[in-house]
Amino acid sequence: MSASLLATAVEQIPAATGVGAKAWLLVALPALSSAVLFLAGRRANTWGHLLGCASVVGAFAVGVALFAQALSAAPDQRTTELPLFSWISVGALHVDFALRLDPLSLAFVLLITGVGSLIHIYSIGYMAPHGQASGAGHSDPSRRRFFAQLNLFVTAMLLLVLGNNFVLLYLGWEGVGLASYLLIGFYQDRPSAATAAKKAFLMNRVGDVGLALAIFLLWTHLGTVQYSQVFARVGQLTPGVLFAVCALMLLGACGKSGQFPLQAWLPDAMEGPTPVSALIHAATMVTAGVYLVARCNPIYDASANGRLIVTLVGVITLLIGAIIGCAYDDIKKVLAYSTVSQIGYMMLGVGLGPAGYALGLMHLYTHGFFKAGLFLGAGSVMHGMNDDVDMRHYGGLRAYMPITFYTFLAGYLALIGFPFLSGYYSKDVIIEAAAAQPGWRGLVMGGAAMLAAGLTAFYMTRLVLMTFFGEKRWQNLRGVDGKEYHPHESPAVMTVPMIILAVGSVGAGFLLQLNHALASWLTPTVGELRESEGGLIPPSLVGVGTLLLSAAGVLIAYLLIGRRPTPVVRPEPVSWPVRAARRDLYANAINEALIARPGIWLCRALVYLDNKGVDGLVNGTAALLGGGSGQLRRLQTGFVRSYALGMLGGGVLIIAALLILRFGIQS
Amino acid sequence: MNQNYLLLALLVLPAVGSVAVAPLRTNDRAAKSLAMAFALLELGLTAVAWFSYSVSAAANQRFQLTFDVPWIPAFGTRIALGVDGIALVMLALIAVLVPIVLGSSWTDRLPEGRTAAGFCALLLATQATLVGVFAATDVFLFYVFFEAMLVPMYFIIGRFGGPKRQYAAVKFFLYSVLGGLIMLGSVIGLYVVSAGRLPSGGTFSWAALRDLAAQVPQSVQIWLFLGFFIAFAIKAPLVPLHTWLPDAGAEAPIGAGVLLVGVLDKVATFGFLRYCLPLFPLASKSLAPLVLVLSVLGIIYAGLLAAGQDDMKRFVSYTSIAHFGFIALGIFAFSTQAFAGSVLYMVNHGITTGMLFIAVGMLITRGNSRLISDYGGVSALTPVLAGTFLFAGLASLALPGTNSFVSEFLVLIGSFPREPVYTIIATVGIIFAALYVLWVYQQVFQGPARGNAVMASMIGPGAVAAPSSAAGTAKSSFSDLTRGEIMVLAPLIALILLLGFFPGPVLDVINPSVAATMREVGLADPVGGMTP
Repeated sequence: MSASLLATAVEQIPAATGVGAKAWLLVALPALSSAVLFLAGRRANTWGHLLGCASVVGAFAVGVALFAQALSAAPDQRTTELPLFSWISVGALHVDFALRLDPLSLAFVLLITGVGSLIHIYSIGYMAPHGQASGAGHSDPSRRRFFAQLNLFVTAMLLLVLGNNFVLLYLGWEGVGLASYLLIGFYQDRPSAATAAKKAFLMNRVGDVGLALAIFLLWTHLGTVQYSQVFARVGQLTPGVLFAVCALMLLGACGKSGQFPLQAWLPDAMEGPTPVSALIHAATMVTAGVYLVARCNPIYDASANGRLIVTLVGVITLLIGAIIGCAYDDIKKVLAYSTVSQIGYMMLGVGLGPAGYALGLMHLYTHGFFKAGLFLGAGSVMHGMNDDVDMRHYGGLRAYMPITFYTFLAGYLALIGFPFLSGYYSKDVIIEAAAAQPGWRGLVMGGAAMLAAGLTAFYMTRLVLMTFFGEKRWQNLRGVDGKEYHPHESPAVMTVPMIILAVGSVGAGFLLQLNHALASWLTPTVGELRESEGGLIPPSLVGVGTLLLSAAGVLIAYLLIGRRPTPVVRPEPVSWPVRAARRDLYANAINEALIARPGIWLCRALVYLDNKGVDGLVNGTAALLGGGSGQLRRLQTGFVRSYALGMLGGGVLIIAALLILRFGIQS
Repeated sequence: MNQNYLLLALLVLPAVGSVAVAPLRTNDRAAKSLAMAFALLELGLTAVAWFSYSVSAAANQRFQLTFDVPWIPAFGTRIALGVDGIALVMLALIAVLVPIVLGSSWTDRLPEGRTAAGFCALLLATQATLVGVFAATDVFLFYVFFEAMLVPMYFIIGRFGGPKRQYAAVKFFLYSVLGGLIMLGSVIGLYVVSAGRLPSGGTFSWAALRDLAAQVPQSVQIWLFLGFFIAFAIKAPLVPLHTWLPDAGAEAPIGAGVLLVGVLDKVATFGFLRYCLPLFPLASKSLAPLVLVLSVLGIIYAGLLAAGQDDMKRFVSYTSIAHFGFIALGIFAFSTQAFAGSVLYMVNHGITTGMLFIAVGMLITRGNSRLISDYGGVSALTPVLAGTFLFAGLASLALPGTNSFVSEFLVLIGSFPREPVYTIIATVGIIFAALYVLWVYQQVFQGPARGNAVMASMIGPGAVAAPSSAAGTAKSSFSDLTRGEIMVLAPLIALILLLGFFPGPVLDVINPSVAATMREVGLADPVGGMTP
């Protein structure tokens, strides 16, 4: 049925009715709340956070209602559009401010507002002005600003997934980038936070250029920027243009999702408050690249090479992330590289095309639960540990923060793919589908994905052991603020969201794969999930192999870390692979050497040139004509004549250039 | 002939205001209030003009609100006024900006011996010449206003500017006069050409000259085009004719800087669309590659230079040069979308750069320094000012949701089908825009309190001892925005967001006129276009 649905994809999509006609509330609620919080000033300090939470919970309620309505409709009736107003209209170009409600966007709406609500609530506790026991971050009086920016993020993210055209997608795309910039740089007095924020925005803009150019290409060749029209006309594109569009969109996806070669900003983004890391830099925003590929499935379906580069990026990134994750001692950075790696799995999944769209999205969903849970757990640990992030200072914390420990454990087991937990259902199927690709591709992709699964088990076990088990290393240490550590459990406003996410980490995978629930829900948008076959490795072996490699990872971590005391200061010197991993596999060094430093040099050279060269030419001619620069008396007339001459010279040059160009072209 | 006196009133009102304000030398407050009254009256009149303009009639009526009387019969010059959608939105921009500029200059400290009356009179005089330059439909009249607008601006910079004001003013004047003289050659050339081809003799009437364009051979068109083009390229300015702007922008008082960069320079891009393209279509098409090269060169070159500036006002000037590159790209890429984008860009740039300039000015007032390196960590001291600056900066880097995005997007998507290579380079320019805005924001506003200007403002215990925690312990004389300052900025913020999400009413006014310009150039849209 779905095949025929795709084949006859119509350009006209029915208008949303019932609850669907109220879908604008999804965006309006957090937007309004954000505006109020930004403008209200100090007056809102006492109730601002409550408004912030209420708006997102309200949006979640609208999302659930929309979902229920869609569920009650027949699968091919679930896609509707809600036009709001005409945004940009010039000549043949029409960009509407219109929402597209379909299984894909609704799935994202539930994830964004659902996990978003939990993290907003958690933030009430995490960002609360706090007494003695807390570090600098918690005593920040600007909780209102935090909620304003977090609401802004939710607004932009919802627009990103709900837009019915590429320009609205771009609005959300850069909007979440802005929210991310603001929130990474939230602790404004820290220079490192400001630098990380700027880096994130700039690397994202590199990706944005790709996305923008892809939109321009589609407009040039198809004369529209609206999804339904673009997708219906994909057949008009030549293979070259198709591949270019796929590659440019992938560049955009790499920027937003922290994929190779634009991954270096995501770990630095951990400068932001931990709830931000959980919501924006783990569960939702960074998965926008996966959304983009899945949303553009008719385009990627038409280009085998386009899909291939997506899978390659995914494979490279999942390995890079897993390798670097093993080397860091900063709990948030380990989780950040884990996110990089897991999104690599998602990209690999959606890069497989019809055999993987639903799988990639499934992993996106389960990852949203367990990684958000893990980050909230890390935040809870930091909350009780004077905002310290160095795991070498932790140890034996499970007795002091039991709820944090057990919820974290659930997320951990889900992530490493412990049988029947979420990650097991979502990650392993991607590995199996990748390994089932014909020929060398299956071997390379499947092999890399299995290896990374082993590494994932290693670094996550290392993290859990260093944090919750072993010696209480913090007893003999003092925090950066000079205070002793008094680890304690976080308040209920923080632990309840963690518990809910832990339940999700355990059960979501099972529920979503039951009768292929998620895959068949997504079928009207991304097509039916096809079985992959033809791999060189037998599928049964892949499953068992992944489990064995993961078990090996856990065991090695236990032998290396669990059975030995952990040094409080990280050991030096270390072997070259560890050195390389600690330096992010030299990604930053390469960026620095290839882009940053030449850029600064070029910038300085140009400033010099502009002052001394272009302007100097004018002033220099002035001096000559005025009879030498030393003759101050004649400076006044010198100015006049010299400028005149300079301008004349410039004019003559331009005329000459024009004539050369003019006659050069003709002859 | 049915005369409409509305444009004449718009032209005369600020001129009268200028004369009325000038004598109030002893009473600054009265001078400023009177000037503000005139500016608000002009805003009201402009609103009347806006609503008198019929979008539906614009499809087959090139100019509306026309007024036409003979001026110097011997030369066939006339005082002919009229607006199309493009000129109308520029008039609206001027009318909105002048009261804001007056408001932002309300508490300015003037140089020794200068009075607010002088400043306000010159500002209103500038406004009058600007209205004239956009409303003229007679080429000679346009030329007269084009030259005339230099004079009040020259005196504003030279009398009310910064330490190097004399140097900057003379440089500005000479560059512009030279461009004007070259243009005069072409204006006369147009007359000669028309005299030889029209039975009724020579004319300066824009409409008559446009109808004649098809009969003028390409070689003649190229020479005449160049005269206009060089004048406009200096005024816009395009790299490499830009070096007067950073000096003028840096030395001009903030309010004048807003008008200079926000409106005065738009005369050039307006001129490209009104004069270069319709009067010399063949030349425009054959020389487009050169303009496109200069445009993208400007986007990248000025973008990098902006990032390298230490003077905040020079920084804003360089960002503007980069933005002018986008406008010129859109004009010489010949598509309805790019044209409309460029026109909207002219309006939006006036608003966003105006706001950026004003925010910079408010910071300079507090720190008494224009140097970026004299500041640091200011957001802890003045969070509202920091937010305002960032907002203006984000609008400047064309973040979606702000007005600039709509225009930049239209320019780029409209230019891409015909000129993919230049458009790709220009699109890369958006990375530089993000770089220079966020880099300056980081240096000035983020991190711990630092920099000479900030540290000098610290008072109370611990001021010198603990600079890193200055925000917590020591007090600073840096105060956040006053109510008056917020009132100046609020309309700009509202406009930026309003035009970011609802550009429709403005685009509706622009669209018929850019469609007419497309027909005059004689090209069809590369995407979705019909043959003209």
